[in-house]
Amino acid sequence: MASITLNKLVKRYGNGKTVNQVIHSVSAQIDDGEFVVVVGPSGCGKSTLLRMVAGLEEITGGEISIGNRVVNTLEPSERDIAMVFQNYALYPHMNVFDNMAYGLKIAKVPLVEIQARVDKAAKILELGEYMQRKPRELSGGQRQRVAMGRAIVRQPQAFLFDEPLSNLDAKLRAHTRLEIQKLHRELGITSLFVTHDQVEAMTLAQRMMVMNAGVMEQFGTPEEVYSRPATTFVASFIGSPPMNLLKNAPDARPGTIVGIRPEHLDITATGWALRVDALEMLGFERLVYGRWLHGAGNELVIVRSDETQPVPGLDTIIHVTPRADRLHTFDAATGKRL
Amino acid sequence: MIERRPGLTVLSHLILLLGVLIVAFPLYLTVVASTQTSEQIAQSVPMSLLPGSNALQTYKTALLGGTTAAGSQLSGAAPMLWVSLVTALIIPLGKITMSMLSAFAIVYFRFPFRNLVFWMIFVTLMLPVEVRIGPTYEVVASLGMLNTYAGLTIPLIASATATFLFRQFFLTVPDELVEAARMDGAGPMRFFKDVLLPLSATSIAALFVIQFIYGWNQYLWPLLMTTNENMYPVVMGIKRLIGGESYTEWNVVMATAVLAMLPPALVVMLMQKWFVKGLVDVEK
Repeated sequence: MASITLNKLVKRYGNGKTVNQVIHSVSAQIDDGEFVVVVGPSGCGKSTLLRMVAGLEEITGGEISIGNRVVNTLEPSERDIAMVFQNYALYPHMNVFDNMAYGLKIAKVPLVEIQARVDKAAKILELGEYMQRKPRELSGGQRQRVAMGRAIVRQPQAFLFDEPLSNLDAKLRAHTRLEIQKLHRELGITSLFVTHDQVEAMTLAQRMMVMNAGVMEQFGTPEEVYSRPATTFVASFIGSPPMNLLKNAPDARPGTIVGIRPEHLDITATGWALRVDALEMLGFERLVYGRWLHGAGNELVIVRSDETQPVPGLDTIIHVTPRADRLHTFDAATGKRL
Repeated sequence: MIERRPGLTVLSHLILLLGVLIVAFPLYLTVVASTQTSEQIAQSVPMSLLPGSNALQTYKTALLGGTTAAGSQLSGAAPMLWVSLVTALIIPLGKITMSMLSAFAIVYFRFPFRNLVFWMIFVTLMLPVEVRIGPTYEVVASLGMLNTYAGLTIPLIASATATFLFRQFFLTVPDELVEAARMDGAGPMRFFKDVLLPLSATSIAALFVIQFIYGWNQYLWPLLMTTNENMYPVVMGIKRLIGGESYTEWNVVMATAVLAMLPPALVVMLMQKWFVKGLVDVEK
């Protein structure tokens, strides 16, 4: 097992006039045994980042170390890592056993040991009865487990996951999420997990890296990212419904944006006055969409209330009070937390 | 078709039967003629459509040669069948090896002018042997390859069609598979051998059948480039039996034709299973 260090990592495509920079100087330290999730919208460079760690993508600038080794010029197979691909990338003509054993065979691991390691992985993943099947005879969830098994048998320094759950249906995804968590607890191998799904990120991560447009916006525990977002992007990306980012809040200083999550606004007798614009009844919660009475009235404020509260009528006026300790302030120009 | 019109059914069956007849009748004629004696064929006009009783003798003569009743000396088809078989095996095997490797290079390796190379190969599609036969002959002759298996096969091996086919197939193999192999530590040739080759099995089978028949049916090129009787393929042998100075033994000609038809037919029949298998379970 080993830590992974990214040092001022840069990735550019093309040259001359058509340079397209997709990773802007990302530095981070992933500790030994830690589970880190990289999350961001599509096209933010998160997959590219992972592929650079894997060695599938060339590094334009900066350094990647795994353990104490700089791996910039090493082949993927020499980096002592294993990857789980989004579409699993199982060899279609090999059965489950051969799929898992292939890397070990190439590495010339003795046959007895291959057998032992594959058996162990199969046991952990409950794949025992499928060993002779071809990938096409397996369900999506089983294929996914084979892909993980292929990673496990190599006993690598680190696991890399490239959106491994995105091809599963919702129920299976939740289940597999738990399994991955359990697996990480058992094996304790440093893991880098890429996803665009914030629920996956929040539930799996010990620390999460939020990326946007090739820039690392924040790197911290899910708790930190949720309660102290570093930028307006992080504030709006994490949390559902997203945080209210208000330019026209009654007590906002000019040049700043006030951030408050819908769940931290309470409907009270006095406070910020809003006209109710729309209502969404979601059973256990309600979302009230309101607009300011004052000034530029087009800013939407989302309030989350629960079933204990009375339902406000449409177009009525309600008052809400933000919890003071949950107010965030951002610089309007840079989007940075103040 | 869900439509049920008896008239239409009868008509379509008639057309199909006519088609079968057009294809099958000459074949039947060939087989029947090969079982009669040459006198029977020559004397009865039109020829009898019932099988004769001379089959064994005729096929023996056709295969091993000998002197016929009419007194003409014939060389047997057996050595020619062997030449045909060897060429018809070397050509598809060589073609498949060459074109798979070149398609592999074009698809998976980044080298300068990669597209140019591909298009150059592609353009040679327009230059089959018949078009470049003069210069090719010149080259083969200068290299001293006349009357050799090398001369018979090598000029026919390079194939843009097969390269293109494999290129198209390789392009459909997901990139993730390549990456997974890289992560597993498989080098390029290992990936080729362990992943691409098994995945291409059905394409290879299809190509083998087509190219076997292509190699077997070569006529013009061997005609030009073999002067030694030992190197004549069977297709040429049939032609030589007809219209020489001596009297044409039609029964032997027909028997030789049947013998020449058998191997390609056999290959098609045996490999058909593979085709069907390839169509049923697409492994990707």
